[in-house]
Amino acid sequence: MKILVTVKEVADVDDEFEIDGLGIDDRYVTYDLNEWDDYAVEAAVQIQEAGEDVEVVAVTIGDTDTEDTIRQALAKGADRAVRVWDDALAAAGLLDPETKARLIAAVAAEEDPDLVLTGVQSADDGFGATGVTLAEHLGFEWAAVVNDLDLDREAGVAHVHRELEGGVEELTDVELPAVLTIQTGINEPRYASLRGIRQAQSKELAEYTLADLGLTAADIESPLEQTDLYEPESEGDATVFEGSAEETASELAGLLREKGVGS
Amino acid sequence: MTVLTVAEHRRGELRDVSLELLTAGRELADATGGELHTAVVGGDVEAFAERLDREGVDAIHTVDEGEEFNHDVYTQVVHQLADAVDADLLVVPNSVNGLDYAPAVASRLDWPLVTDVVDLSYDDELTATRELYGSKVETTIDVHADRAAVTVRPAEWPAAEGTGDATVDAFDADVDESAVRSTVTGFEEVGGGEVDITDADVLVSVGRGIEEEENLNLIFDLAEALDATVSASRPLIDNGWLAKDRQVGQSGKVVTPDVYIAIGISGAVQHVAGMKGSDTIVAINTDPNAPIFDIADYGIQDDLFEVVPALIEEFQ
Ligand SMILES: Cc1cc2nc3c(=O)[nH]c(=O)nc-3n(C[C@H](O)[C@H](O)[C@H](O)COP(=O)(O)OP(=O)(O)OC[C@H]3O[C@@H](n4cnc5c(N)ncnc54)[C@H](O)[C@@H]3O)c2cc1C
Ligand SMILES: Nc1ncnc2c1ncn2[C@@H]1O[C@H](COP(=O)(O)O)[C@@H](O)[C@H]1O
Repeated sequence: MKILVTVKEVADVDDEFEIDGLGIDDRYVTYDLNEWDDYAVEAAVQIQEAGEDVEVVAVTIGDTDTEDTIRQALAKGADRAVRVWDDALAAAGLLDPETKARLIAAVAAEEDPDLVLTGVQSADDGFGATGVTLAEHLGFEWAAVVNDLDLDREAGVAHVHRELEGGVEELTDVELPAVLTIQTGINEPRYASLRGIRQAQSKELAEYTLADLGLTAADIESPLEQTDLYEPESEGDATVFEGSAEETASELAGLLREKGVGS
Repeated sequence: MTVLTVAEHRRGELRDVSLELLTAGRELADATGGELHTAVVGGDVEAFAERLDREGVDAIHTVDEGEEFNHDVYTQVVHQLADAVDADLLVVPNSVNGLDYAPAVASRLDWPLVTDVVDLSYDDELTATRELYGSKVETTIDVHADRAAVTVRPAEWPAAEGTGDATVDAFDADVDESAVRSTVTGFEEVGGGEVDITDADVLVSVGRGIEEEENLNLIFDLAEALDATVSASRPLIDNGWLAKDRQVGQSGKVVTPDVYIAIGISGAVQHVAGMKGSDTIVAINTDPNAPIFDIADYGIQDDLFEVVPALIEEFQ
């Protein structure tokens, strides 16, 4: 059995930042593995550990700088990784879910997985749509926002819980092959061990260009064009208490007492 | 331009967002001199259609397929309906179920999709506004296509009101059962537990800013000093630091206390969905750009590890 896990390096913006064109000035950004993908990797590795003959392949679309991030997936137990990038991608506009799904589908066509795990959403873009779009491209079944997964390999079914709004979960049986988008809290992602980190250095990390995948620049042209990026005007009219912690705490205490709290 | 929105319902209840979509859809139909259609798939479609007949709705399509949501059925039906009514714009809720079929429909129609949209306008082409980096910035996206699909963030548009005179017709979809490869076997209500945060007058709510599990003592001390109940944002529940019954938000509880004190919580949309109805909201956060300050009534832009001990002191 083969499991493909998609992983993305996401941008985390500092408290104070500056906008540079259509992005955030790189000085104010740190990068890390997407929180949701960390849970997806763990879900895949747990299936691998519980069964026989399970290969876990991590896939990312990202430039060379994202290699450290994808190595985290290798350090946590993925067997090998694939990274898709080239100059055309670097020059491309918005990488929307449709474009990303097309690229990942091309990798999947080579890998022929039984199960694909993605995160529910990327923390920075928050499209929340790449997984289901990918399923449609592959002709796979799918389930979005999965927070419980019980795989019955023999029957070829994934018994999942989909986390709906308001503390309600939907229990669904999904036929394999399938794409599941994984929600945080489904498991406890492990920390990479020192041994894992060492081993990750020698695991295969293949690099694919569009041409390697039989695609051209035309395949990554999106009709969506990002035209502006700005800080939204604060809609709030919060009274902000100023001063030292003692001073602000004292003002807040006064307010709370006025409201009958703690008295 | 013909706008087609798709209502959402669950276990017999039409969800509010269905009426919000009508407002968003009507605005776009007006901007282009077009029509607003809405569809409801499954459940008691006649009763739902009655509720969807608000001012500005031109046509309601009922599709009597199944009781509950199934994405394989929805994908096929909405795809066929979009073709049948010659829709130019498809508007779906940005909900867990919306995101479970809208991407598949858009892909099948070969229409671009913009998700979690907070504003829409039309001037020769569609422009959608959405948020990035945990709501710290907004971006506009121009859609260079004749037809498109969007998922709309709940609670951004007001619900459509009034009574309309829409035509109601039953759409006879052709559902290929062999393409239905997932089965909903039931629902589970999570929670129960010992604390009922929905019942508390004062909530001291803690987020990832608390950093370590041990530091939670500080929060419980404050709650004790204020005679308040402790609630939390999702990461603390995901980490197993607190029980699920303390989670505030989209997938947790909706709370409306007299006072909600958010400590080290950024104010992600899924969190805010659960607490924005609180009477008085206080936020303590080091990040002056944290979106929680947009909905707070009072704020302290400082380190919780300085402010919270000082606050406890005040009440001793
Ligand atoms: C489908 C779905 C459903 C979800 N449902 C929910 C839900 O029900 N409830 C929920 O809460 N989330 C939910 N989420 C997750 C949500 O998107 C956010 O990830 C989450 O709310 C973030 O929690 P947080 O604010 O505690 O953490 P962060 O966003 O990491 O924020 C931590 C904050 O602490 C501040 N901080 C750090 N150190 C300090 C300090 N020393 N003093 C003061 N402030 C400090 C930081 O400035 C930051 O603003 C859901 C997500 C999805 C995709
Ligand atoms: N550049 C990328 N490379 C690999 N996987 C990605 C990429 N972007 C998104 N994904 C996957 O798709 C999920 C949903 O992302 P999104 O639709 O962008 O919110 C993420 O959690 C990842 O698993």
